[in-house]
Amino acid sequence: MTDVLVVAELMDGGLRKNTLTAVTLAKQIAEGTGGAFDIVAIGEGSQAAAAEAAKYGARKVLAAEVEGGYVAERYAPTVANLAADYEVITACASTYGKDLMPRVAARIEAATISDISGANIDGGAVTYVRPMYAGNVFGHVKATTDKAVVTVRQSEWDAAAESGSASPVEDTPVESDDVADKLEFVSLESQKSERPDLAEAETVVSGGRALKSGENFENVLEPLVDALGAAMGASRAAVDAGYVPGDLQVGQTGKVVAPKLYFAVGISGAIQHLAGMKGSKTIVAINKDKEAPIAQVSDYFLVADLFEAVPELTNKVKTIKAG
Amino acid sequence: MKILVPVKRVCDPDNANKVKISDSGDDVTSEGLEWKPNPFDEYAVEAALRLNEKAGTTEKLGETVVLSMGPSDVQQTVRQALAMGADRGILIETEDSELDSAVVARALKAVVEEEEPDLVLLGKQAVDGDSNAAGQMLAEMLGWPMATFAMTLATDDGGESLTVGREVDTGVLTLKVQTPAVVTVDLRIVAPQGVKNGETPDDHAYNEGARYASLKGIMQAKKKKIDSKSLDDLGIETGLTTEYVKFELPPARTGSCEFVETVDELVEKLNAAKVL
Repeated sequence: MTDVLVVAELMDGGLRKNTLTAVTLAKQIAEGTGGAFDIVAIGEGSQAAAAEAAKYGARKVLAAEVEGGYVAERYAPTVANLAADYEVITACASTYGKDLMPRVAARIEAATISDISGANIDGGAVTYVRPMYAGNVFGHVKATTDKAVVTVRQSEWDAAAESGSASPVEDTPVESDDVADKLEFVSLESQKSERPDLAEAETVVSGGRALKSGENFENVLEPLVDALGAAMGASRAAVDAGYVPGDLQVGQTGKVVAPKLYFAVGISGAIQHLAGMKGSKTIVAINKDKEAPIAQVSDYFLVADLFEAVPELTNKVKTIKAG
Repeated sequence: MKILVPVKRVCDPDNANKVKISDSGDDVTSEGLEWKPNPFDEYAVEAALRLNEKAGTTEKLGETVVLSMGPSDVQQTVRQALAMGADRGILIETEDSELDSAVVARALKAVVEEEEPDLVLLGKQAVDGDSNAAGQMLAEMLGWPMATFAMTLATDDGGESLTVGREVDTGVLTLKVQTPAVVTVDLRIVAPQGVKNGETPDDHAYNEGARYASLKGIMQAKKKKIDSKSLDDLGIETGLTTEYVKFELPPARTGSCEFVETVDELVEKLNAAKVL
């Protein structure tokens, strides 16, 4: 029997959808071992987030209200305190989960197992599968400690479906620690976009350095992104060149995406970029250079000048979508 | 300020697709691949040097100590950082198989207690294990505040605190952190104006990326001190918290790449595959 605690991520006073991938892992472990899973919603707006989290079949949902912006030092003591009752503590491997969870693990002297793509349960024991070496190796790993702190790679896991019933919601006390007085949250600057979330979109169009400028991202790539109803991404080279902000970066160290359809426009395909998108179902490259390494993972490769091909493709897509 | 920078060596990240699995599936082998400093740790060295120098002068504002763990040949990794300009090295001798995020964090804690730096600056993740955990675990073990995924770093109040811009998946989150602290760095920290120390003029623009070692730097590095000790010398709990039971290569992508020359052809193929 392995009991699992899911640490929900809150955003804009509600539940962030990526939490549901960790719920899927929690369900799998609970069902596979005859245990149960609970969810804790911690942060500002915990009640609203808990009410949302109660739809997914947890034994119970805990709400811990912490006001102000997120800092790990203010959340870790509460999560660590709750962890006493669970063998596995899990969250999505977003920058929130990656920041908070190892801190929790150290506090409870548990193993950290990061960014898993799968889990196998055999005789009550859980072995986790995780991509390593920029996705070029999959390691199968177990915790040797009594407890494990596990983060889940969003692109590799389905979101849990609603269970049809509501879990009971309880308030839980907030624990604190002096270390939280040694730092303060100053601000979170987000660029709001009408487009789908990069990590969740069914179609992603990414641009590389060959776009040559931020203006070209706007004038050449964005019309295709919007015609497809896609999210926009970028290679590290394009971000480093300042064409687009860092939160659009797809790669080993940016966002890992696995949409149904991925367009790599003017992206040569460095190993660290491939690590972030090669799990996509269908990959289309548009590049002048047919020798570009992106071909290794592409299903279709249009050998063309992107400045001619992309506007033409945009028009064709618009016609198809209108028809 | 006194800065400790742990640097891990990793097999050449630009050839990470050439790593192999032993026949038994027990080990990852990187034979034939060069060892390189973990890129994020190299950026941490660069950021530490920028914090501790008044650019354009030889004036130093603090000591930069670099540390690596592994077999004795990781001395090379320490020397590379010394050649970039770090002042002193520490080598913790052990086997790679004896290390995981928790053991690394415990070992670093022991070194921090001895060295008492104002700041531990390290990469957000090592690009071999891709765990992204050691810095956070170290901060918790020390009871220090942390700022992970730093893309900008500025000292305030003469180093009493740091303002850190963190690259998070929803944008940029800014924290003000009192020292001593642990900061893990992201790619953008080595942008021309990623680091501000209050001494180097604010409009100073560095070259993008980590600096190369100069010939002079390489010569000087040979004379810089490296303290060697074993993992056991640190007197820490050395048991691993994780056990890798098997490694495997990812499944190859099915099908091969179809090349087309025109947009019409592409659209036709995508329509036929019902993906548009």
